[in-house]
Amino acid sequence: MLLRPAHPSNPGVRVSVSDPEVSFVELNGVQTRVWRKGSGPRIGFLAGLGGLPRWIPFLDRLAETRTVIVPSLPGFPGGGRGHAQLDDQLDWVVATRRLVGLAGLDGADLVGSSVGGALAAEVAALWPEAVRRLALIAPFGLYEEAEPPADPWAQRADAVPALLCADPENWRRLKAPPEGANSIEWPIEQTRASEAAARFLWPLGNTRLAKRLPLIQAPTLLLWGEQDRVMPRSYADRFAKGIAGPSEIRIIPGAGHLAELDQPDEVAKAILAWTA
Amino acid sequence: MKFMWFHLMPYTELPDDFREKHPSVWVDIHSSLFDPKRAHHMYNDFMDELEYAAECGFDAICVNEHHSNGYGLMPSPNLIATSLARRTRETPICVMGNSLALYNPPTRVAEEFAMIDVISGGRLIAGFPVGTPMDTCFAYGQNPSMLRERYLEAHDLVIRAWTEKDTFAFNGRFNQQRYVNIWPRPVQQPHPPVWIPGGGSVETWRWCAEKDYVYCYLSYYGYKAGKAIMDGFWAEMDRLGKDRNPYRAGFLQFVGVAETREQAMELYKEPAEYFYGRCLHVDGRWATPPGYVTEATQRAGLQSQVAKAAGSESTLGKGTQERFAGTAKDMQGIVDRGYVIIGSPDEVAEQLREVATSLNVGHFMLLLQYGNMNKELTKYNTRLFAEKVMPKLKDLFSEWEDRWWPKPMAAAERAVLPDFTATPRALAAE
Repeated sequence: MLLRPAHPSNPGVRVSVSDPEVSFVELNGVQTRVWRKGSGPRIGFLAGLGGLPRWIPFLDRLAETRTVIVPSLPGFPGGGRGHAQLDDQLDWVVATRRLVGLAGLDGADLVGSSVGGALAAEVAALWPEAVRRLALIAPFGLYEEAEPPADPWAQRADAVPALLCADPENWRRLKAPPEGANSIEWPIEQTRASEAAARFLWPLGNTRLAKRLPLIQAPTLLLWGEQDRVMPRSYADRFAKGIAGPSEIRIIPGAGHLAELDQPDEVAKAILAWTA
Repeated sequence: MKFMWFHLMPYTELPDDFREKHPSVWVDIHSSLFDPKRAHHMYNDFMDELEYAAECGFDAICVNEHHSNGYGLMPSPNLIATSLARRTRETPICVMGNSLALYNPPTRVAEEFAMIDVISGGRLIAGFPVGTPMDTCFAYGQNPSMLRERYLEAHDLVIRAWTEKDTFAFNGRFNQQRYVNIWPRPVQQPHPPVWIPGGGSVETWRWCAEKDYVYCYLSYYGYKAGKAIMDGFWAEMDRLGKDRNPYRAGFLQFVGVAETREQAMELYKEPAEYFYGRCLHVDGRWATPPGYVTEATQRAGLQSQVAKAAGSESTLGKGTQERFAGTAKDMQGIVDRGYVIIGSPDEVAEQLREVATSLNVGHFMLLLQYGNMNKELTKYNTRLFAEKVMPKLKDLFSEWEDRWWPKPMAAAERAVLPDFTATPRALAAE
C-alpha cells in the first residue's frame, strides 16, 4: 500500500491509495481497461473530461464499502483508440451500453461524471434494467442558448486546469506523467482523451439528451461543483425537471467541474448515501 | 520553374492597436472592424491585382479559402476564380483550394470546380486542403476527430464524380448519395490537376505520392522554416522510389523587389509588419482542437530528429499558437528569418534560385501583395518581379516535365471574350 498526501488544503491528512485490480474486455475489437477494487455491492464509474490516466482518491472512498468497477470509455486512457470507430451518437451510446455489460455492471449503481455523465444517462434512459440507481456529476448532453456550457476545447493550454477544477492542482496532479511514463506516449494519450470527448460532443456538447431524459426511471442524484466553470448550475435543474424518476440536486462546495477530483470525500459520501 | 501569383485578400485596414485590443484575427474577430464599403474597394483592388499579374505573364494566379478571417477575405475562392476565368484568357487559375470536408454534399466541390474548368476552358488547378483548425473546426464547426476521414472520403467522392461516366450511388461512411451525376463535367480529362497543400505529415506525403498529386507547403515563415519539411518530403519520395521531379512540389514565399535592397526594406516594411503583426495575431484558443493533428504526426513532432536538428526555426509538429507566438514581427527579423525575401531584382533572383534548388520546388507560389500593401505598390512589386526576376529563373528545372500543369483547350477552340468592362450604354455615352 502506497501512502500519499491528500488534498493540499488538508496537508495533515494522509490517505491510503492502492492500485486496483486491472483487467481488459474487448469492445469493438479494442482491448479496454476495467479497474476493480473493494467489496460489497457493485458501483460503476464513467469518467469525465480527461478520463483517468491514474487511479484517484475518489474511487478509493467508494471502494471502502463497495465493489468499484471502472471501465474506460473508448479513447479515454485505458480505452485505446476505440473512439475512432464511433461516428455518431448511436455508436457511442451502444458502445457504452456494451461496456457496462462487459464490465459486469448490469443492474448495478452507475456514476457518470461530465462526459461519462452524458453516457450514463443515455444507458439509464434506454436500458432501464441496466442501471439500479444513478449519480451524475455535472453531466454533458444539454445545451441552453442563453447559458451555454464553456467550450472545453477552445482553450489555451494554461487555462485548462482552472477551468476543470476548483483547485487547478488537482487537474495537474491527474495529468502529470508518473515516474517512468513514456514521455512521448503519455502526452498523446492525454490528447486522445480530449479528442474522444470532442468526437462525442463537438461542437456544443448537445447530444439532444433532453429528448431521452423522460425515459430515465432510475432514482438520480445530480451533483454539481459550486465552482463549476464548464457546466452552468442551472443545468442541474434542467436535468431534474426532465428525468422521470425521483431526483435530487446536491451542490458540492469547493469543487469545480470535475467535483470528484476536487472533493473526493464529499462526492463519494453523497453517492454512497444515495445508493445505499 | 513556374511562378504563381497568390493572393490571400487580407483586410487592409485593421487598426494600429489591433494586437492590443483584439484577441484574434480569426474565428471571433469583431464585425465592427469590417466596413463593407471599404471592403468593396479592397475586393476590387485585389481582383485588379490578380488580373494584372496575369497580364504581366505570371504562370498562374492563385486564390484560397478562409473563414471568419481578417487576413483572408475569400470564404468562397470559387467566386473569385470564376470572375478571373472571364477576365483572363491564357493564365491557369489555381484554387488552393476547397476544404473538402466543409462542403455538404462534397459533390458541390466537384460541380463548382467543373464549372470553373469549363468556363475557363480547362485552366483550373484543383487544390484540396484539409483546412486549418480555425476554418474547419471552429468557424465551420467540424468535428476535429473526424475531419481527416471526412476529407479523404470527400476526396474519393469528388474524383469519382469527375471520372465515372454513369450515375452512381455513393455509400460512404459520412456521405450517402443515391444519385451522383454531376453536370457539368470538367474539360480536363480525366480531371483537373490536383494539388494538396499540407503541413509536414508523413501520411500526406505518402498519399500525394500514391495519387500522383502535387504537394504544397504553404507556410508564412519562408524557406528557412520550410527546409526541414521539404527535406522530409523528398526523403519520403526517395523511400517510395519516386523521382525528384521538382514539379511534384509547391512552396509559398513572400517577396519584395525594388531597385535596391535598402529601398525594398523601406517599401515593404509596413505591409510586412502589418501582416506578421496583425494578420497572424491568432488567439491560442483556436490552435489545437484535439484530433486535428494525427497521432502519427504528434509522435513525429515529439520525437523527430528533423525537428530537433532544425531547432526553433522548424514548425514541424508545432501547434498554431506556438508557431505564431515565436515569430518575428519587425522588418529586420522578418527578413533575417527568411519570411520575406527582399532585394534588388538580381538579389531576389539569386535568393530564389537558392531556395528553389535547395528545397527542390518547381512551383513557387508567390505572395507579392501582403498585409496592407496598396495596389500601386503591389503592381510595382508584381511588374518588377515579372520583368526583372522571372526571366533570370525561367529556365530552372527545364530538364523536368511538369506533368501537373493544366491542359487547356486550344486557343482556337475557346470562346471569344468581350473587352471589359461592360458599362450600360446609357452611362457609357455620358
